[in-house]
Amino acid sequence: MTTPVLDDPATSRPTSAIPRRQVPASVRVRRHLIHIPLIIMGLVTLFPFLAMVSISLRPGEAVSVPDIFINPNISLSAYVEALSYSRIPRWALNTAVYSVVSVVLVLLFASMAGYAFAKKKFLGREVIFWVFIAMLMIPYQLTIIPQYLIVGQLGGLNTMWGLIVPTVANAQAMFLMRQFIQDIPDELIDAARIDGAGEFRVYWSIILPQTKPILATLGTFVFLWHWNDFLWPLVAQQSPENYVLTVGLNSLQSEAVSLATLMATAVVTFIPALLVFIFLQRYFVRGVMMSGIK
Amino acid sequence: MTATATRPSPAAHEGDAGPPTAPRRSRLRELLLSRGAMFAYVFILPYVLFFTVFRIIPALYGVVLSFGRYSLAGNLRFSGLDNYIRLFQDDVFWNSLRVTATYALLAIPLSIVVSVAMAQLCNRTLRGMSFYRALFFLPVVTSPVLSGIIFIWIFSSEGPLNTGLSVFGLELGSWLQNQSLVLPALALVAAWSSFGYNMLILLAGMLAIPPDYYEAASLDGANAWQRFWRVTLPLLKPSLFFVLVLETVKSFQAFDIIYVMTGGGPAHGSYTLTFMIYDQGFGYSEFGYASAVGVVLLVITLILSLIQRRLIGRNES
Repeated sequence: MTTPVLDDPATSRPTSAIPRRQVPASVRVRRHLIHIPLIIMGLVTLFPFLAMVSISLRPGEAVSVPDIFINPNISLSAYVEALSYSRIPRWALNTAVYSVVSVVLVLLFASMAGYAFAKKKFLGREVIFWVFIAMLMIPYQLTIIPQYLIVGQLGGLNTMWGLIVPTVANAQAMFLMRQFIQDIPDELIDAARIDGAGEFRVYWSIILPQTKPILATLGTFVFLWHWNDFLWPLVAQQSPENYVLTVGLNSLQSEAVSLATLMATAVVTFIPALLVFIFLQRYFVRGVMMSGIK
Repeated sequence: MTATATRPSPAAHEGDAGPPTAPRRSRLRELLLSRGAMFAYVFILPYVLFFTVFRIIPALYGVVLSFGRYSLAGNLRFSGLDNYIRLFQDDVFWNSLRVTATYALLAIPLSIVVSVAMAQLCNRTLRGMSFYRALFFLPVVTSPVLSGIIFIWIFSSEGPLNTGLSVFGLELGSWLQNQSLVLPALALVAAWSSFGYNMLILLAGMLAIPPDYYEAASLDGANAWQRFWRVTLPLLKPSLFFVLVLETVKSFQAFDIIYVMTGGGPAHGSYTLTFMIYDQGFGYSEFGYASAVGVVLLVITLILSLIQRRLIGRNES
C-alpha cells in the first residue's frame, strides 16, 4: 500500500503526466468529488455499527428508523443490564482464554514446524508437507462431526482444553511461517552454530527474532479467528457457563432480553476485537496483502 | 516432547521407493538419523501430532462414518451405501443443493463486483484514504454472530431497509421470513462482511500494475472506463482468481450467519448443505447421514477447485 499511485485512472481526463502543482483547479475540485462515493460507502459500512450503538442507548423505545437515531432519551441502563447478566463476564473470560492460549500454541507449533520444513533435510519432508496441503481441500464441516466424537472420546467436551486443542495445528499459519523462514539466510544460522549455539538455541535466538513481524501478523489474525469463532465452540461447549461470547450472544436471542440489551451485549463483545484491530491494523493490512501475493 | 520423536512418520517411506543401493542407503541414513533430522522430527512432532489427530483422522473418519450408522451408545455399524441411497431420495437434500447453488450464484458475483468497485475507488492517493480503507475493513474483524444480530434487525419488517423501500412504495415485509428474499439478504450480509478483505487483495494487485500502461492507454485516447476494462481488469486476473477461489469456498461453507439469522428457514429456504450437516448431525444425532452430506460437499468442493484450477491454467498458458 506504500507504492505511490501517480496515475489516477478514474478521473475522466488524463492528468497523470502533469505534476501535481500544475493541475488546473477544476480537475482538483473533481478530484475531491471522489470523497462522495467514499463517504457513502463508508456510511453503508458503518450503518450497522451505528445502529447497534444507537439502539443499545435507547432501551424500551421504538426500534425503527429514524427513531433510533433521533430519540433524545438516552440511557445506559441496557449496558447495566447486560453487564449485570452474570454469565457475560464468564463468557468473556472463556473467550479470552480460548483466544490467547490458542494464539500462543498456534504460533509456537507453526514456527517450530515451519522452521523444520524450511531449513532441515529429513526423510518424508515432502510427503508430509503435501499431505498437509491436500488436507486444505477438505471442508471443515466434514471433519467437525468426527472431531466432536474424538474430543468426546478423549473426555474433552465441555472443557477448555477440549475446546483449544483441536485448533492449534493451523495449516495456514504453518505454511506462512515456512515461507518466511525460508527467506532467512542460511549464513545467519551457520554463524550462530559456529559460535556454539545448539539447535534449540538457533530456533529461539535467531529464527524467532527474525520472524517477529510475521509472528505479529499471524498472531493478530489467529486472535480474531478465535475471538469470532462460532461453529466449534457451539458444538463443543454445551453448558452455558462454558460458552464463549459468540455462542452466548447468540443464545441471548432466544431468551427474553430486550433488543437494547442484546445490542448492548453485542457492543461489549465487539470492543476487544475493535481495540485489537485499531492498534494492530498495519499487521492486518500486511497479512491480507501477503495472502494475495503468494 | 523430546524423547519420542525419532520415528519418522509412516508416510515417510512412500517417498523413497527406489532400489536400496549402498550410497543411497547412507544418504537415507543421514536423512533419517543425522542430528539435523532428529531435531527436525522433534520440532514437527507437536504440529504433526495435533494435525493428525484433529484434521487427518477426522477427515478419514468422516468418510468412514458416511458408510455407517452411529448409535448414541458410540457404536458404528456399517450399512454400505444406505446413507447415500437415503440421501438421494431425500427432498430435503435436493432442496439444500438448490439453496446452496442459488446462494453461491448470488453471493460470489455480488461480493466480487462490490470488491472490485471498492478497490478501484480506493486505488488513488488521497488525503484520508488510509482511514477509508480501515473503515471498509471493520466488518472483516466483526464476528458473524454480531453482524447477524444487527442484520436481523435491518431486514426485519420495521427495519431500516423496509422503511427506506416503503418511500418508493415497496412493501416487502421481513426479508428473512420471505422464501425468495432470504438468500439475497444473506448474500448482502456476506458481501458486507468480506468486501474489505477482498478489496485489499485486489488493491495490492492494482498497485502492481505499472503506471506506464495507463499513460500509454491514455495517449491512445482510452477513457477511464476503457482503461478499467482493457488495462486494469486483464492485469488483475491473478488477484481476481484468488478472490474468486476464496469467495467460492466461503459461500459453499457459509454457516454462522445462516445459523444466527435464519436457522435454515423459512421452510428450508436457507437450508444449505453445511447447515444440513450441522442439523442432521447435532440436531438429529444422525452422524452417519450427516457425514454423507459432508462427503457430497467434499466432492463438490473438489470438482469446483478442479474447474477453477483448469481456468487458471488456461489463463497462464
